[in-house]
Order: sequence, then C-alpha cells, then structure tokens
Amino acid sequence: MENFTPVTALIGGVLIGISSTLFLWLNGRIAGISGIAGGLETLEKSELTWRILFLAGLVGGVAIYRGAGGSLQDIDIVTSHPVLIGAGFLTGVGTRMGGGCTSGHGICGLARLSPRSLVAVAAFMIVAVATFFFTRHIVGG
Amino acid sequence: MKNLIALASGLLFGLGLAVSEMINPAKVLGFMDIAGNWDPSLIFVMGGGLAVTVLTFRPILKMSHPILDGDFRVPTRTDIDQRLVTGAAIFGVGWGLVGLCPGPAIASLAYGRTESFVFLVALMAGLYVDRLFRKSATVS
Repeated sequence: MENFTPVTALIGGVLIGISSTLFLWLNGRIAGISGIAGGLETLEKSELTWRILFLAGLVGGVAIYRGAGGSLQDIDIVTSHPVLIGAGFLTGVGTRMGGGCTSGHGICGLARLSPRSLVAVAAFMIVAVATFFFTRHIVGG
Repeated sequence: MKNLIALASGLLFGLGLAVSEMINPAKVLGFMDIAGNWDPSLIFVMGGGLAVTVLTFRPILKMSHPILDGDFRVPTRTDIDQRLVTGAAIFGVGWGLVGLCPGPAIASLAYGRTESFVFLVALMAGLYVDRLFRKSATVS
C-alpha cells in the first residue's frame, strides 16, 4: 500500500463535499457530473450556460492546481484507443441508465441516504473491482 | 449569479479531484487492485466528501428553496429497478477498464492528453445514444 495518500485524499474529498454543498445550497442542484454533462443537449440558454460553466470550472480547477505547481503534473492512463473508446462508451451508457456516477450517486446520493444511490454505488464498485481483477490478473496475467 | 456559482462549484470540484489525484486513472485503478498493490485512497476521498455532505445536505433540503432558485432539483425516486442496477454495472465495467469516471474524464482535459479526449467523445456518445433510442421509440 505504498501508494496510499490518505491526507491529500481526505483534503480533496472535503473540497468536493464543499463544492457539492455550495451547489445544492445556492443553486438547488445536485453536483452530479454525468447528469450535468448529460443535459447539454438542451436548447434553453438558461439551462445550458450553467452546465457549460460548471464543466469548464472542472477543467479550470485542475489547470489552477497544475499551474500552482501541484505534485501531479501528468496523468498515467491506458493508451489503447479501442479500450478508451469502449470504456468511455460503456461509462456514458451506464451512467445514463443508472441515473448517475461517482459524484451524483456517491457523494450526493449517499448523503441523502437514497436507497437507489446505495445500490448503484455498490453495483459499480463491485463490478469495477471484478473487471479490473479479470483484465489484469486473469487475462493480463 | 447562479452561473457564477456553477463556475465556482466546478472549480472547487476540479481542485478536489486534482488534490486527491482522482484525475489520475492509475491512482483510481490502484483502488480496484484489491488482490495486488491496493491503494485505499479513493475511500478516503469519498469519505471526506461524504463527511461534509452528510452534515450539510439534510439542513439544506429542509429549506423551502435554495438561496438563488425557486426549487431544489433533487431526484425523488426510491424504487430499485433493473435499469438502475444494469446501468451501474455497465458503468462499473467501463470504470474498471480505464479508471476514469465522468468527472475526472472531463477534468483531465487540463492535462491535454489525447487519451482523455478520445475517452470523452465516446462517453458523450454513450450518454446520448440511449436518448436517441428513446426518442425514436416515442416517435414511432
């Protein structure tokens, strides 16, 4: 477990929690990323603008961190395009069908003690761990 | 003003993803590697987030309306249906393959990697394909 970083993980988590709190308290919305990105097809300007700004903020927050000399200056990601496309597509379909992802179900839904979110989080966590195990330890063995 | 709050919330969220390194897929996959070199950091990120929202959401949702809007837009369903479980499981496969969920996928664009962009285009296609089917179903 030499990669374990509990302190920065907690600080980052608290920042995400504060963000979700502000968004609900002031704007009355759930800070669920798949939901925000999934509503981009709207033609109503009032509905579209805040979505684009929130998502731009996501990228901006990381850019600020990088610019300020944050310790993570590059990411380590799978480079196979077929795998990226397949996984991205499944993530889009799955979060649409399941009504949310790690942020909406995980941070916001669990806080509301939503039974749907509890089931969703359990399902995607278990399947993700199983998928990783299968691809890395069995197929990739 | 609401747009400014959306931008500020996004910034704070992105900063949280960066500080916790959840924008790094290798870090997230480390959490899934229970049988190998396990990295439990992701639990601490969710725990840190939930520690805040568990305390704040309940009193906020007791307000008659949010500060800047007339209504809360919060899901109200409580039923567990097959679509929920199947959808979450499909997402789990995608997440376990690459280690990117939607938030970090978008936020990681700040690193300018082609991989983030490719993943994101496929993700948006996945988000909207289901809607196309539903639309054509209602039309016919």
